[in-house]
Amino acid sequence: MSEALLLKDIDEPGLNTLATYEARGGYASLRKALQKTPGDVLVELEASGIRGRGGAGFQMGKKVSFLPQGSMDKYLVCNADESEPGTFKDRELMQKNPHGLIEGIVIASYAAGTDRSFIYIRGEYAHQADIVEAALAEARDAGYVGERILGSNHSLSLHVHRGAGAYICGEETGLLDSLEGKRGNPRLKPPFPANQGLYQGPTLINNVETLATVPAIIELGGAEYAELGVQTSTGTKVVSVSGHVQRPGNYEVELGVPSREIIYDLAGGPLEGHQIKCWFPGGSSSPVMTADDLDVPYDFDSMAKAGSMIGSGAIIVVDETTPIVDLALKVAKFYRHESCGKCTPCREGTNWTVKTLERIDSGEATPMDLDIMASVQDHIIGNCLCVLGDAMAMPIGSMIVKFRDEFEAHIEGARARSELALAGAGGNGRANGEELH
Amino acid sequence: MSAHPGPPDAQRASAWDRPADLEKDPALVPEPGSVDVPEGLRREIEDAMARYPDRHSAAIPALHAAQQVHGWCSPEAIEQVALVMAVTPAYLDSVASFYDMLENHPVGRHSVYVCTNISCSLRGADALLEAIVAEAGEDPDFNVRAFECLGACDIAPMASVDGVYVGPLEPSDVTQLLDDSRAGRPVLPDKQLATRLVADPSANSREFPLHPTEEGSP
Repeated sequence: MSEALLLKDIDEPGLNTLATYEARGGYASLRKALQKTPGDVLVELEASGIRGRGGAGFQMGKKVSFLPQGSMDKYLVCNADESEPGTFKDRELMQKNPHGLIEGIVIASYAAGTDRSFIYIRGEYAHQADIVEAALAEARDAGYVGERILGSNHSLSLHVHRGAGAYICGEETGLLDSLEGKRGNPRLKPPFPANQGLYQGPTLINNVETLATVPAIIELGGAEYAELGVQTSTGTKVVSVSGHVQRPGNYEVELGVPSREIIYDLAGGPLEGHQIKCWFPGGSSSPVMTADDLDVPYDFDSMAKAGSMIGSGAIIVVDETTPIVDLALKVAKFYRHESCGKCTPCREGTNWTVKTLERIDSGEATPMDLDIMASVQDHIIGNCLCVLGDAMAMPIGSMIVKFRDEFEAHIEGARARSELALAGAGGNGRANGEELH
Repeated sequence: MSAHPGPPDAQRASAWDRPADLEKDPALVPEPGSVDVPEGLRREIEDAMARYPDRHSAAIPALHAAQQVHGWCSPEAIEQVALVMAVTPAYLDSVASFYDMLENHPVGRHSVYVCTNISCSLRGADALLEAIVAEAGEDPDFNVRAFECLGACDIAPMASVDGVYVGPLEPSDVTQLLDDSRAGRPVLPDKQLATRLVADPSANSREFPLHPTEEGSP
């Protein structure tokens, strides 16, 4: 793709070393940024219109501008706890181009006026964390990180912090608690991290991909970057495509391309002889879409208007061989496992959703259980400290709406089967166990 | 859905279902010198503490380091970390019981985390897990666990073997995977994520072969 910014040269051998990165023009954006005032760099970031690539899609420039001025201890935290099921873009960026991320962090810290920074990498990404640490050591030696960077007045201490396996630590306030050495429980907001975050100091938290894009924004200029993509979703985005497709992988696209193009042209479409039953546009937290929604443009607002979200940019394609109940159960069990237990709607809601789905699967449920399950989802959304509960309620709720017939047929079929089983091998149940998955 | 091998629920503290000994005084911060700490571990924990404005931030790196030494977050490991960090054992227990990668039970030396989340299960992760459990489930050297999304859906179904990502795996790969791990060899070298290129060659400004390992050059 000609407009590739992040995946440009990504497979070049040795891009993770400073020498190759510099040969490819690396750290030129940092030099350029340090010649401007922090305020001017912030103007470029705001002009670029880039929205956070971690899931919420909040404008990065605006987020930076929320940090108070002044000389108090301020922090920049890079969220590299990529755990959303289906997402593996940050892994690729850190593994292959760690200096791109480091350069982005140094520029962003300059704009935000922070001099302490941490990269919170999920513990499972040990290989990637090793690579980032090695790159960081090179960058320190070359004077790109540390005291008075490249002779300017900007200093930055940057460290890698490894997590230990908890989805909730991808939530920004859960991440902060985890980084402070506690259990990763989300905090009540407000105060937002921009006012009171890490160690009670103002904190800017950005996703890996967002920060890794910053050097490109400085190189192109904010206005030119904003030409890419569509008006309210500017730039390019790395999309992770997985599940039942021919070529799962990371693809960089301009925001606003039809989703069909990503799934069919780039990822090769569904497996031979199969059709798309449903797909998640933005990780397992996003409401599912069906084959009818393939022409929705892949950008923040179009997807929101169509009733879903691009979230972290992870498309999971599911074909007709997977029963919807199995899919729902997989999703619900994940969120039950990962719920931190701090607030009731999420802790109980995820648990009861799993139990109800298990009843549906085993033939103990009635169609009324579907309505109860749907109402559980409604009661989770908007009632928790963080969006983990919503992240289960949205896809499950959408599955009940879009695949109600299949759920009902599954309930009937499973009941008939269990009655047959109860009647014994020789028994003659009332239904002949119609063929279901 | 398949059974979950390993600890029944890693989110819960060990012995959560046994009553606490109410007669016992709560453990305090260990007195200096009261616990022997291996020198390497002490240094690693102190280095971790130096990276943060607040020493508590070193809890995860410190517990991880202690787990490397002791095999799991045993009471002894917790005591040692508590002494160096000058925090109570209970504080460290609260942290260790929260995270999936910190073990609250003795486990095998070789960890095999099999991703069984959506993308991997769509591509056969449940059968893969069964195959691994069938071959290594009883082996005390292995810690086989179903794990949540490991962030490698492009190589689904996959597993993280002692921290090394390998995939896409077939049940027929299991024997070699376990043998490699036992022998301390690189696990399934042609299936390691570290050597994989991005899926879209046109995303690159230059032509690179799509599968370099097939030609023999990693």
